[in-house]
Amino acid sequence: MVTNWPILSTVTFLPLLGAVLIMLTVRGDDKDARRNARWTAIWTTLITFGVSLAIWWDFDQTNPGFQFVERHDWIGSSIAYKLGVDGISMLFIILTTFLMPLCILASWEAIETRVKEYMIAFLVLETLMLGVFSALDLLLFYLFFEGGLIPMFLIIGIWGGKRRVYASFKFFLYTLLGSVLMLLALMAMYWQAGTTDIETLLKPGTFPAAMQTWLWLAFFASFAVKMPMWPVHTWLPDAHVEAPTAGSVILAGILLKMGGYGFLRFSIPMFPVASEALAPLVFALSVIAIIYTSLVALAQEDVKKLIAYSSVAHMGFVTMGVFTITVQGLQGGIFQMLSHGLVSAALFLCVGIVYDRMHTREIAAYGGLVERMPIYAFCFMVFTMANVGLPGTSGFVGEFLTLIGAFRVNSWVAFLATTGVILSAAYALWLYRRMIFGKLERASLKSIADMNLREIVVMAPLVILTILFGFWPAPLLDPTAAAVTKLIADYETGLQLAKAATLAMAP
Amino acid sequence: MFELLMQLESVHPELLLVVTAMALLMLGAFQREEVGPLASWIAILTLAVAAVMVARFGDQTIELSGGAYIVDGFGRFLKILVLGGAAVTLLMSLDYFREAGILKFEYPVLVLLATTGMMAMISAGDLITLYLGLEMQSLALYVIAAFRRNSLRSSEAGLKYFVLGALSSGMLLYGASLIYGFTGSTHFREIAAAVSAPGAGSSIGIIFGLVFLIAGLAFKVAAVPFHMWVPDVYEGAPTPVTAFFAAAPKIAAMALFIRTMQEAFPGIEAQWQQIVVFLAIASMLLGAFGAIGQHNIKRLMAYSSIGHVGYALVGLAAASPEGTSGVLVYLAIYLVMTLGTFAAILSMRRADVMVEEIDELSGLARTNLPMAALLAILLFSLAGIPPMAGFFAKFYVFLPAIKEGLYGLAVIGVVASVIGAYYYLRIVKIMFFDEPAEAFQPAPGSLRAVLVLAGLIVFPIYAVFPGPLVSAAEAAAKSLF
Repeated sequence: MVTNWPILSTVTFLPLLGAVLIMLTVRGDDKDARRNARWTAIWTTLITFGVSLAIWWDFDQTNPGFQFVERHDWIGSSIAYKLGVDGISMLFIILTTFLMPLCILASWEAIETRVKEYMIAFLVLETLMLGVFSALDLLLFYLFFEGGLIPMFLIIGIWGGKRRVYASFKFFLYTLLGSVLMLLALMAMYWQAGTTDIETLLKPGTFPAAMQTWLWLAFFASFAVKMPMWPVHTWLPDAHVEAPTAGSVILAGILLKMGGYGFLRFSIPMFPVASEALAPLVFALSVIAIIYTSLVALAQEDVKKLIAYSSVAHMGFVTMGVFTITVQGLQGGIFQMLSHGLVSAALFLCVGIVYDRMHTREIAAYGGLVERMPIYAFCFMVFTMANVGLPGTSGFVGEFLTLIGAFRVNSWVAFLATTGVILSAAYALWLYRRMIFGKLERASLKSIADMNLREIVVMAPLVILTILFGFWPAPLLDPTAAAVTKLIADYETGLQLAKAATLAMAP
Repeated sequence: MFELLMQLESVHPELLLVVTAMALLMLGAFQREEVGPLASWIAILTLAVAAVMVARFGDQTIELSGGAYIVDGFGRFLKILVLGGAAVTLLMSLDYFREAGILKFEYPVLVLLATTGMMAMISAGDLITLYLGLEMQSLALYVIAAFRRNSLRSSEAGLKYFVLGALSSGMLLYGASLIYGFTGSTHFREIAAAVSAPGAGSSIGIIFGLVFLIAGLAFKVAAVPFHMWVPDVYEGAPTPVTAFFAAAPKIAAMALFIRTMQEAFPGIEAQWQQIVVFLAIASMLLGAFGAIGQHNIKRLMAYSSIGHVGYALVGLAAASPEGTSGVLVYLAIYLVMTLGTFAAILSMRRADVMVEEIDELSGLARTNLPMAALLAILLFSLAGIPPMAGFFAKFYVFLPAIKEGLYGLAVIGVVASVIGAYYYLRIVKIMFFDEPAEAFQPAPGSLRAVLVLAGLIVFPIYAVFPGPLVSAAEAAAKSLF
């Protein structure tokens, strides 16, 4: 392999190429056109995944800095097209390319109308998501970050459920409102530093302490909505419920991770003073999210809504862990995001499987599925356990690490957050009991078929990885170690520089 | 002698337009058969040639009549935009007027004369030139607003435009006379020297004149609270005329606004800055809220254009070279988006009848996916969503505002852009989410070409190559500072 081959650009724009290919070659909306669109999409995403594995393969785990860096002038000399990954972002790229083929497969039969547009929207979305994780220029990041709204808006609005229009507007405007404040902060940062190059901005001491709080809050507005954190999470249940299965998978699996990634990439290293000062706020919101949304999840009658609320609770662990700014908390937060990317994606796929058969998401409409669908019951169980955080599944590792981190900083936060683990067991196991066990009484369920080969192919890698990373988390923890250590070191330096500056100011 | 030739050479494009307009007038008057199409094509060609002439004229600054008429980089940038906008809208009007049976030679003549007026506005370095250019433009525009004279709506639009336009001209003249009275000159540079003199800046007479002058200018760019004529005129005027209104005169008026503020009143920035900030905030908010309830797409575009003027004024409010170049970038991108959107609106025809209701776009993605996709790109761009060009436009006007510390203005502006995003999204929703209505009839090639080109420039061409426009705008803005 050529060493300076722009592999990140290749991975990022391969899906877009696939989309253009579909746009240009697939005509009409007949059976052949649909088949061509589907096959082009699946091959594009598979090739993208294959190429992206090379990033993981060539990734130097001991290097805390950015790797595979590409740079081209874009607007003048201060705003550039610059890509690169470090230990924090690399695995999110792999997660994205990994989930994409599964999404396409999950939509194979579920999407019957406007297949061509659907596949184009998904491929464009993939490019934008990959761009978010690989961008090393703030404006470029913003471009990808916001651009992702457009395809998701269309996916929810065109192929969604009954209240799709409401959900798509809410999703779009809610997240846009959060992001525009970040845009203004970005401009202030540009005038302060003279560039939007992330590597330069990451240098400790770039932003004076007085400025940091405002910038932090502006970024927080965007990432908290995206994450989503309580109380700005209300768009998520609506978007999840109305989105088609694959849309929910992407929302839960990738889009929610952008908020967490933003905290790691921008808020903590660039604004250390503000991060330290406002960490209690984040802890409070995280604990409320964990407990409150878990309780809300208990009361849900719609499967997707229940999983959506459980996502909010799990993201609470992430924000809590990340803002402890300890090695355990940060690594745990990243692990939790990756694990949640697999588990929540799988849970939404599970819901999709029965939804395709029964066309209802009401929990009460199911029961006793184990009698007719043993394979399904097994898969669902694995992911339920992972969602609960049972040791031996990937869900455990992340929650445990974040709790350790929290315990070191504030034992009350850790204590309260731990109750969330209990509550998650309550709602997840209860859901499982209501859907899978009990008597199969409904006539409509009597003839329900178990998972077919396509669905097994979708589920199998998720089951394997969930259990594998539960026992052997090293592949996900090792790449992040060096970058996290550097992040903490930069954070400490930033704090000290700010302290020195205040001392120098004092008479 | 050489100097005079040089000076004349700098206004060759203007002279070309005037001479062609006269020639076409003669042609129309003395030719028996209908020469509308021929006149239109000649006018389009003339506008294109004039644009090339403007572009080729090096980058020196030349002042005619002792600085009353300034040909500089700033003017060149905007003249190219205005000429381009006029040429394209004229091209888009051909089929419409042919269908309506009013493809008369007067229309291209009036467009040429209006464009000449706009070029004078852009180059004005004196209150007299300013007024001459403005009136030359406005008189032609009043007539073409009512060009469909058998239509009640069109006549009403023309009349409204005329009455309110005359009122605004009156205010502008009143302001200009006050400024002349208190500074002793109509010349921008001398006014600038007078107001910068110690103690003169706070003279109540100058401030009073400035307020009236700005009121008149705000009327011409259609900034709130002087926007009332816009929705009615946009709705009532024939659609290609609306497209022309939204494109060329707006840019010329904005250029006039910038040059007057930056060249005549640089010393009392603090005085006019707060007025411009108010105009910007009011326009952005009214544009965003006003458009929500609209059913007619032309009316919606009217409110949209009010909002966009607000954003452009954000750059002017910064009162800095960056701010001015930001406005120039904004206007260039706004022009492309507007032309593209109006090409789509003009393509909304069923059984040879133009439809203007937004609901008529229902399900367009099923009946005509390319048109729906291109229009969606343009709408997302108008809403300022990245990676469309409209985002960069907003970026470049808010960037200087942040630098100058206008945080309140910037926050209100971006919040207004979120509110505004709602009504653009509503059109996308109607096109993509709703059940398909009957398909539109195939659009003429010229409209399709404009739509495709505008759509592709907005995305992806501009996102990939944003540099050239930005550096051209920066170079153009330099000549004012």
